[in-house]
Amino acid sequence: MTSWTPNRSPVAAPHVHGRTAIPQVMRTVLLALLPATATGVWLFGWPALNMIVLSIAGCVAAEAAALAIGRRALAHTLGDGSAVVTGLILALCLPPWAPWWLPLLGGAFAIVVGKQVFGGLGQNVLNPAMLARVALLVSFPLEMTAWVAPQPLFSAAAPGFLESLAITFGAVAAPDAVSAATALAPLKTGGEFAAGPALIALGLGTVPGSLGETSALALLAGGALLIARRIVPWQIPAALLGTLALLAAIFNQIDPAHYAPPLLHLLGGSALMCAFFIATDPVGAPVTPSGRLIFGAGIGALIYAIRTWGGYPEGVAFAVLLLNAATPLIDHLVRPRRYGRLRSGAPLPVIRREDGR
Amino acid sequence: MKIFRFRGGIHPEGNKDPTACHPIARLPLPKRLYIPLQQHIGEPAAPEVKVGQHVLKGQRLARHQGSVSAPVHAPTSGTVVAIGDHMAPHPSGLPVQTITLESDGEECWVATEPAVDPFSLSRAEVSARVRDAGIVGLGGAAFPAAVKLDAGNRHPIETLIINGGECEPYLTCDDRLMREGAGYVVEGVRLIASGLGARRTVIAIEDNKPEALEAMRAAAAAHPGITVLRVPSRYPMGSEKQLVSTVTGLEIPAGKLSAEIGVSVHNVGTALAVCRAVRFAKPLVSRVVTMGGGAIRNPRNVVVPIGTPVADLVEFCGGFTVTPSRVLMGGPMMGQVLPGLEAPVVKGTSGIIALTAAEAHAASQRACLHCGRCVDVCPVGLVPLDLAARVRAGRIDDAAELGMGDCLSCGCCAYVCPAHLPLAHLFNYAKGEIAARREAQRKAEDTRKLAEARRLRLAAEIAAKAARRSARSSDNVEIGS
Repeated sequence: MTSWTPNRSPVAAPHVHGRTAIPQVMRTVLLALLPATATGVWLFGWPALNMIVLSIAGCVAAEAAALAIGRRALAHTLGDGSAVVTGLILALCLPPWAPWWLPLLGGAFAIVVGKQVFGGLGQNVLNPAMLARVALLVSFPLEMTAWVAPQPLFSAAAPGFLESLAITFGAVAAPDAVSAATALAPLKTGGEFAAGPALIALGLGTVPGSLGETSALALLAGGALLIARRIVPWQIPAALLGTLALLAAIFNQIDPAHYAPPLLHLLGGSALMCAFFIATDPVGAPVTPSGRLIFGAGIGALIYAIRTWGGYPEGVAFAVLLLNAATPLIDHLVRPRRYGRLRSGAPLPVIRREDGR
Repeated sequence: MKIFRFRGGIHPEGNKDPTACHPIARLPLPKRLYIPLQQHIGEPAAPEVKVGQHVLKGQRLARHQGSVSAPVHAPTSGTVVAIGDHMAPHPSGLPVQTITLESDGEECWVATEPAVDPFSLSRAEVSARVRDAGIVGLGGAAFPAAVKLDAGNRHPIETLIINGGECEPYLTCDDRLMREGAGYVVEGVRLIASGLGARRTVIAIEDNKPEALEAMRAAAAAHPGITVLRVPSRYPMGSEKQLVSTVTGLEIPAGKLSAEIGVSVHNVGTALAVCRAVRFAKPLVSRVVTMGGGAIRNPRNVVVPIGTPVADLVEFCGGFTVTPSRVLMGGPMMGQVLPGLEAPVVKGTSGIIALTAAEAHAASQRACLHCGRCVDVCPVGLVPLDLAARVRAGRIDDAAELGMGDCLSCGCCAYVCPAHLPLAHLFNYAKGEIAARREAQRKAEDTRKLAEARRLRLAAEIAAKAARRSARSSDNVEIGS
């Protein structure tokens, strides 16, 4: 057979493609979130699973509705998996025993206001999940800070499945008996900073906190996968955690009674979740390595400042949104030097190499 | 020797083994050859044979015209049956002036000048022989080689770099050439070096071609001025700018020639052609072509007379196993889709690659994630996602300001894009548009100058007429008085 009919609308090179594709990127992110998700569900029981399901359902339904209203290809866009990722990240940031409408409302807000009004995936300026987190925190401060102590699945105190439905869908908040304060609370209310064995609990996650943000080990495992697979650039987490730790160390050296130690800052709140899964959302992050370092360092510094001197014990969402907004400026100012040109864009001077080196 | 790293680049799957493992085969003489008059960058050659005329192998069919051009020779002996339009090996499929030669099967060579000791020739003589042999850059760019040699007279050349990178996937013609003809290649390299007056020579070969490296090292061992350099396999290593940076650590300043920083780059295939032209006075009438891709039944490298229709080559290689999704001339990163199999092999044809649908891996486009992978791999340091957004919005001037003109069209950005955006496609369009606008601007400027000149001329004529009239009336006054 030597016959062949050429395509009437020829395509330009390259005629081969690498293996990366957006759905595969999103699948890897979901895989990387699996340890934190599983740990969260195990620690906080069935109500946590309800939260995850509702948040993802809220995001996917809102995405489908927005696409239908905009008359855009439904299956193709939903297939990119980004709505599922947003839903899962949002759920992992919420209090594990929150009422049913919180994740649903948050998910819909994240997708509609955070993403689709800008034109969909890649067009949004701000991180949708963090926008929803801030909107919920400002609107429903009580529900958003109703932390519970971990009640590991199948342990004696853990709620059963039917009980979990009552917690999620019931009008009552979590029983006072299980409500608790997070490790970062002493930053605002005073008291002893966690140290020694309490820090180990932070590493494992057996402390009160957001659904998927308490276990440092689970988050580190997922983050390591993302960096190893080159799904996220290493510059953002490195600069973020480095800056946060450095600032904490400096102030902790000056006055250990007032300023929390670096490990508490790194392990105690949403810093690890943010460093690997939230700040690294490419849509709102700079595109150059040095831009990413600036971006990460900026978030780290803002997290420290908000936690230490701001009105909220946790500043991750605010910090990410502010730096998201600064990304176009960072990208404008930090550009790679072009081949054969000076940084200014002028051609390099002609340098001749006369010696025989 | 120190190797410098260039920015960006990718590691595409090589897919070179299916063709690299076979010795170069020789294509049986095709019945008809279609020899385009434009096979190089610059002016097309001017035909100097007539329809019906019998020509001998190596006889000049068309001479070069203008400063950048190359002559075209008969790849075999036979009769000129037509001079006219034939499909060009270009995606447009537009016809170009082509000489059709019907072979007589005799392969009867024209009387050539006797072989000489090539190193007794002067630089001007070497350059003249290269020009008369119709040699162009065989790496794919097809820039007349003699023009590059002559550039060495204006700019002293410190380093000659021989490009054995062959960084495009699938292509192995240079690899096989170096393995099987290392001695001739090295002699050609020495001739180019002496033609340029280069002080040192570096033959750069990617480390995925260990046999070629070995063969070239052995062949160059006796010549202390030549270094065979093992360079990392990273696309686009074979691009002139990236290769110059890798070997010398210097960048070619924007808008300048490599010769201006004392570097000249030639391909290994060109070196072999130079050896044949200068030592044996044989013009460039054939070349090695890689017949690759998953749809070719017997992939291999083939020596092919210039002008052979691609269909003959495909048939020689056993035809297609499946209907290919794309048939390319050149490699898959920068090659072009063929408009049909009747298009001929030209001097710049490094390969014919017939890709299956699975290899071409076409996926539907999605939205740009702003992930910056394109920025990471761009060897020029551009921000492709920003350029693409502007080109799509029709803001070509903004794209030009962001450095659109510096784009190499290497395709690294499009290769890694997880949204499968046709970035290189958009950039080729934008570059064409920028060139067209510049041309339109130049024409408008010319028109303006002509109109201005006409206005001045008319004004001068009117003034002259008025002056004559007034002179005449004053004459009349004189007569009347």
